[in-house]
Amino acid sequence: MTDIIRTENLSYAYPPDEGKEPIPALAGVDLTIEPGSFVVVLGHNGSGKSTLAKHMNAVLLPTGGRVLVDGIDTAEEESLFEIRRRVGMVFQNPDNQIVANVVEEDVAFGPENIGVPTEEIRRRVDESLKAVGMEDFLLHAPHMLSGGQKQRIAIAGVIAMAPQCIVLDESTAMLDPSGRQEVLRTVSWLNRERGITIVLITHHMNEAAYANRVIVMDHGRVAMDGPPREVLTRSEDLRRLGLTPPPTVELLDALREAGWDVPLDAIEPEECAAAISQYLGA
Amino acid sequence: MEPIIQVENLTHTYGAGTPFQRSAIDGVSFQLQQGEFLGVIGHTGSGKSTLIQHLNGLLKPTAGRVLFHGRDIWADPKKIREVRFRVGLVFQYPEYQLFEETAARDIAFGPKNMGLDDAEIQRRVEEAAAFAGLSPDLLDKSPFDLSGGQKRRVAIAGVIAMRPEVLILDEPSAGLDPAGRSELLQNIRDYHARTGGTVVLVSHSMDEIAENVQRILVLSRSGVVMSGTPHEVFSRAEELKAVGLDLPQITKVAMELRRRGVEIDPAVYTVEDLRRSLLLLRGGGTGA
Repeated sequence: MTDIIRTENLSYAYPPDEGKEPIPALAGVDLTIEPGSFVVVLGHNGSGKSTLAKHMNAVLLPTGGRVLVDGIDTAEEESLFEIRRRVGMVFQNPDNQIVANVVEEDVAFGPENIGVPTEEIRRRVDESLKAVGMEDFLLHAPHMLSGGQKQRIAIAGVIAMAPQCIVLDESTAMLDPSGRQEVLRTVSWLNRERGITIVLITHHMNEAAYANRVIVMDHGRVAMDGPPREVLTRSEDLRRLGLTPPPTVELLDALREAGWDVPLDAIEPEECAAAISQYLGA
Repeated sequence: MEPIIQVENLTHTYGAGTPFQRSAIDGVSFQLQQGEFLGVIGHTGSGKSTLIQHLNGLLKPTAGRVLFHGRDIWADPKKIREVRFRVGLVFQYPEYQLFEETAARDIAFGPKNMGLDDAEIQRRVEEAAAFAGLSPDLLDKSPFDLSGGQKRRVAIAGVIAMRPEVLILDEPSAGLDPAGRSELLQNIRDYHARTGGTVVLVSHSMDEIAENVQRILVLSRSGVVMSGTPHEVFSRAEELKAVGLDLPQITKVAMELRRRGVEIDPAVYTVEDLRRSLLLLRGGGTGA
């Protein structure tokens, strides 16, 4: 099976200010993202995580190395449509990515642009809105919706393009906890039920729990890469990379230091409590 | 001690007389004490932003009053400008409102409007930049060449430079990474400790509120549903959950421990507190 996204020695430098040296935002990234996976990319501001995301559907093109989307080199200009049809992107600001005055028209915008027949568009719009749980808002005005609802509309617009992969570039950063939950539940469902590959860029550590793989970026390179339980329990490494380990891991760490025989990877509050009470009862 | 701000039976209705009429806050009363560090929490749509925009007279109450030093701020509408200098409000995503050529000039905008002389303005800019954690070499840069976190510090410094008696911050850490978030909150705590000023922190992060403030006001459905110290508020965890608020992770662990029969204070909200009570429990002879 072809990897949905593959980067080979990917480097990127933003155009520098006049008379200054370019500063590399990405410095040799080798990654393969397998179809059907749910990958969370973490990293402090300036670590390169958003720059990496923007390479995944050719919003940015590498200044060194290359990126393959489903085997297609993103540098091939004539393949741009093919690339964007496979990998859809949801951005940070819910107010910056809505184009129409009515929800259903906004969702139809993408498929219309690639010449999908009318009846097929109708079907895709209805189905996409259903997939994000927004079917009751078909004729609503997007600007009257909450931030979480707007992001779900943006996701529906991407789903209507029938992509294999959705990249969310800090799409939860401007949302409140309930809006964030809405978006995460939606993409988890799409991943589980539809097999759509999800790449979620975030700096909320607790969102990593939804993933089956966590990548931590630092100085334009991959600093950590593994299952959530493995990455989130490496407290020292996380702190060094400007991130905070989950409070549950910090607690378990402290208890282990006091000689308690508790596991470090009971990340969720329920399992953390279960592990502690089991130790106390033993 | 006389409260610095008193809110009495405050109601604000948007779109009155239209089909979209909605009371964003309804009959809210509370007092803000001089020198206090207050946290305001509530989910989106609970009325947080509407409430704080009344505290410096950006919004006018539909009913009820806001008293500043015991005086109704709308008693003389001509003096509302002065209230805005004394009660400083930092909006959500304030970096979108920067407009000057240099960071220093942006910070100086408020003090200039207050009619201060140049030397005083200069002093205020330097002082405010230090409080906001901005290094002096950034002051001559265009705000648009700064990072997101630095821009936000410029915007916060612009309000601090007016030396407000009350500093209100609406979601100051939203969108920052974990390191940026904890640094900024440390700066705000230092500001509070060093100036003795009154600070109001609005947030929807329970962990952030829990770790920083002395008293919490919980808003839900346009009204105040709880008010108390963090310990008092988190001891009512079930009610917090019922109004749709997320609990601090550590409080969740403590609640679950209790449910499993471990005798522990369920209102703990920091790692250190829970660690200490667990170790005490163990040392207190619950068996080996």
